[in-house]
Amino acid sequence: MKPLFRLPGVAPLLLVFSLAVLGLLIVLPLGVVFQQAFAQGLGAYLTPLRDPDALAAIRLTLLVAAISVPLNAVFGLAAAWTVTRFEFRGKTLLLALIDLPFSISPVVSGLVWVLLFGAQGWFGALLQAWGVKIIFATSGIVLATLVVTLPFVARELIPLMQDQGWDEEAAALTLGAGGFTTFFRVTLPNVKWALVYGVLLCNARAMGEFGAVSVVSGHIRGLTDTLPLHIEALYNDYDFVGAFAAATLLASLGLVTLVVKTGLEWRFADELAASRRH
Amino acid sequence: MSSPTARWRQPSVLPGFPLAFGLTVTYLGFIVILPLAALVLKPWSLGLAGVWSALTEPRVLAALRLSFGTSVLAALVDGVLGLIIAWTLVRYEFPGRRLVDAIVDLPFALPTAVAGIALTALYAPTGPLGALAAKFGLKTAYSPLGIFIALLFIGLPFVVRAIEPVLQEFDREVEEAARTLGASDFQRIRQVVLPALAPAWISGVTLAFARAVGEYGSVIFIAGNMPMRTEIAPLLIVIKLEEFDYAGAAAVGVAMVVISFGSLLAINDLQAYLAQRGRA
Repeated sequence: MKPLFRLPGVAPLLLVFSLAVLGLLIVLPLGVVFQQAFAQGLGAYLTPLRDPDALAAIRLTLLVAAISVPLNAVFGLAAAWTVTRFEFRGKTLLLALIDLPFSISPVVSGLVWVLLFGAQGWFGALLQAWGVKIIFATSGIVLATLVVTLPFVARELIPLMQDQGWDEEAAALTLGAGGFTTFFRVTLPNVKWALVYGVLLCNARAMGEFGAVSVVSGHIRGLTDTLPLHIEALYNDYDFVGAFAAATLLASLGLVTLVVKTGLEWRFADELAASRRH
Repeated sequence: MSSPTARWRQPSVLPGFPLAFGLTVTYLGFIVILPLAALVLKPWSLGLAGVWSALTEPRVLAALRLSFGTSVLAALVDGVLGLIIAWTLVRYEFPGRRLVDAIVDLPFALPTAVAGIALTALYAPTGPLGALAAKFGLKTAYSPLGIFIALLFIGLPFVVRAIEPVLQEFDREVEEAARTLGASDFQRIRQVVLPALAPAWISGVTLAFARAVGEYGSVIFIAGNMPMRTEIAPLLIVIKLEEFDYAGAAAVGVAMVVISFGSLLAINDLQAYLAQRGRA
């Protein structure tokens, strides 16, 4: 590709400016995480990671992601099948609802569950009578995470399945395959990289979510603190090495996500949603 | 030949509509619609006058003004920075271009709490950049400027990612035509490229703005959270919840959603108008 408008005269200027902005605004904060975490040596870095509360936070984070990511992946597949394979009234509304969680504050995504299931919420009294605890418990954290991460898989699959059309599915059906066989042997293989891509982003957000989870967690150390909340607790205790040590785990998750995501974009560009091709 | 009750959907040879549609709608109903209904209905337990006084409380107004003000500002500055970065990434070849392109997404991948404490470490009075700014008499962390910096960080990838594909697929014939007609580089950019980029640019800036308004994790560490000065609206919701003022928290939440959606709709109209003008 030989672009026409290149502004050759100012090229070095624009390049230096862009690199400076990205370096200062984006790369530097990432570097600071590791610099602060190792500021007092490897021993001081490892100690807070062996703390029982830290281990509990890691376990809870993994558990919440292990529940919410598969649920949103199944939802994404069902929603994409519904929206791209059928014509029905209200489709635009359905699409808008799928996108909605991206345009509301994470704090609001947590707040809504307190309004439903909190002590003074709609179902608060009922839950208390049954002895079920949702707010300030793992299930509340899962619900808050579900809202925030709901669009990721669906948004990745819908544009791709729209592009692909359903000729291959129709062919399989004509040849006598059943609905489920068609789905698992034709549709799923066609969208597998897009599904991986969506799950990857969904997982990164699920493990890193802070605002929504913060509202419903109750911040009980060793019990309802996820890793991001554990970081906040340590930071507020002025345990900066501990906070940044825990932060390196999430920063590494972010970096791995970024590397895999970029790898997928380079290798399987044609099998990802059209909007992401570049 | 379909029954009247089924007429809302066109017949299809593909199976699985009842299952997939049922699953989708049930899930959305429980995860999105029911919770939002609770949000929208809750404030009215205060009565109309109660909602009004909850929202016109000086502390709430200050928080909403701060959140929307800094978000607009950060989104617009991201618009300028993002345009330059996208241009550089698409139009020039330089070693490491793809790596730099991947780095743009870092704010998407880095959990907000991590970004928050990292930015604070950089911009606090004791941090390297905070100390530098202090020499020029600027207070970065624990001031609205700190909030602005965090929102700048969060919003930048939205603008770059919105513009990049359009710049890439920009109609070369149009550029060629402009050149043959003797337009200078800057004339062509101002009169040909920028108008064509406008809709995508607006999308990117809007996404950055929407994200910034609701942003919590990356902001609360650097903000300092002083009532009336550096307290953002999402934090006020958290504070009201901690005081068991559910209705007050919901009122602020609804106000945020209404203002956000109002601005998104207005921007949408502007975009449609510009797209039409760009085509004409």
